[in-house]
Amino acid sequence: MIEAHGLTKSYGKPGAGVRVLDGVGLRVARAGIHALLGPNGAGKTTTVRILSTLTTPDSGSARIAGYDVVADRRRVRRVISLTGQFAAVDETLTGEENLRMMARLTGLGRPRARQRADELLTRFGLVDAARRQVRTYSGGMRRRLDLAAGLVGSPEPGVFFLDEPTTGLDPRSRRELWHVVRELADRGATVLLTTQYLEEADQLADRVAVLDKGRIVAEGTPATLKSRVAGHRMDLVLSSREAYLRLATRAVHHSPETLTLGIPTDGTAAHARALLDDIDPHRTDVERFSLHSATLDDVFLALTTGTTEAPAHV
Amino acid sequence: MSDAPGILTHATVLTGRSLLVSRRNVDAVITSMMLPVLLMLIFVYFFGGAIDTGGAHDSYVMYVVPGVLLLCAGFGSATTAVAVSEDMKGGIIDRFRSLDIDGTSILAGHVVASTVRNLVSTTLVFGVAVLIGFRPAATPAGWLAVAAVLLAYIVALSWLSAAIGLLARTPEAAGGFTFFMSFLPYPSSAFVPVDTMPGWLHGFAEHQPVTPAIESLRGLLLDQPVGDTPWLALTWAAGVLVVSVALSRVLFRTRTR
Repeated sequence: MIEAHGLTKSYGKPGAGVRVLDGVGLRVARAGIHALLGPNGAGKTTTVRILSTLTTPDSGSARIAGYDVVADRRRVRRVISLTGQFAAVDETLTGEENLRMMARLTGLGRPRARQRADELLTRFGLVDAARRQVRTYSGGMRRRLDLAAGLVGSPEPGVFFLDEPTTGLDPRSRRELWHVVRELADRGATVLLTTQYLEEADQLADRVAVLDKGRIVAEGTPATLKSRVAGHRMDLVLSSREAYLRLATRAVHHSPETLTLGIPTDGTAAHARALLDDIDPHRTDVERFSLHSATLDDVFLALTTGTTEAPAHV
Repeated sequence: MSDAPGILTHATVLTGRSLLVSRRNVDAVITSMMLPVLLMLIFVYFFGGAIDTGGAHDSYVMYVVPGVLLLCAGFGSATTAVAVSEDMKGGIIDRFRSLDIDGTSILAGHVVASTVRNLVSTTLVFGVAVLIGFRPAATPAGWLAVAAVLLAYIVALSWLSAAIGLLARTPEAAGGFTFFMSFLPYPSSAFVPVDTMPGWLHGFAEHQPVTPAIESLRGLLLDQPVGDTPWLALTWAAGVLVVSVALSRVLFRTRTR
């Protein structure tokens, strides 16, 4: 459904510009949820903008449902639906008016537009708020309306691009949105969503591509990615500078002032025990430890510095 | 899938959207409509007594109404810049583009809505003018020409304002830009005869785009000879419109690259 090869894009003056994409390749063969995971500035939004025909790549090519995003952009636009990072709804209009307007813009007549708006309001749990101005909506409601507005004219199942759909939402709204996205996929849609949350990719996606500095650095199911990168990090406070230096190469997180090192682990008691025994056989080097979930930073550090497969070799 | 709707459908729906937004912000709309009326009252009652328009007019109100109508068109069109700029700031333009809606239809929606708002405020100015003693003597053909000139200026200024909205990086900046635009009627014969101004200003005041509009409106409304001023006015409006449409197409493309 989605196929991209060697996408590059730079912004700013030629020669002195910033290279945002540096050869991104993607292949989404079948329907389901696919996550593009990466930190701010990795190139997620640019990738989505190219795939959804809003920006042209400097080089490389991409096809959506067989149509080229540059040459056949008209055809592509009839297959896709985009929900960008900035809400694309009118604050002063009501939820209902927003959806009816979008429906009419896609070519539905008045009665059909009204019907489509009602359907979507029901499906996205916005019936009670339908006649209120969007400015009174919560962040979660706004996001759901935005998603509904993107869906209005698209034939389902189609291809959906969601750029950071849950950024800025509270945990409850995030869960509600996940539910909506899963439902889309259950109806046979192909969803490509960007996120900077590992947990979100893990919860939602069938496959994950990790984007860093304009390149795809890893790709696979959440499970395979997690087996390449430990899911947790054990922070060790060491008793001496010598111990710190000796162990520093195994760490993904360094804090020399406090003699603290962060080492990947899968979080199981067995691994934690084995890890401590391995690192500190004489039980003198480690003073304290704490365990927490790996952040995206840890994953990136692990993926880009090569300290992967941490749990495997202990 | 429904048939791909054309530019006309898009522009019509988007005009409806802008008008709906105006109706929601009715206090702001009323404020922008009251301003020209207030200015007219100020000119007629505060300054009018001191201004000698050369004796050809019974009273200052007969002289000043065309200028106020143009001023009104300037104020009314200025809101378009802010509205376009607001659109560019949010994500709605991306959504529109992903629906294959052309930039020109998005702007056309704003411009048509602006024209409708302007027709309301122009009627208001006329109404108040008549209340305070304005007695037009235009022939039916003259009225038609008045309507054509006003409509042409409103559409041209609205589209210019839309282009300014694309040029400005923030809605606040857009508002500031158009503020200057609405000062254009002052250095013309709108409020005082040009020959009372300093000599170096005559050249500009007699040949700037607003002047033929004011001269022709004044002549037509009072049923006096107008010469070729209505045609000159329409040519200016057409020129501004063509440049604004072309400019906004280029700006839209660069802003949404």
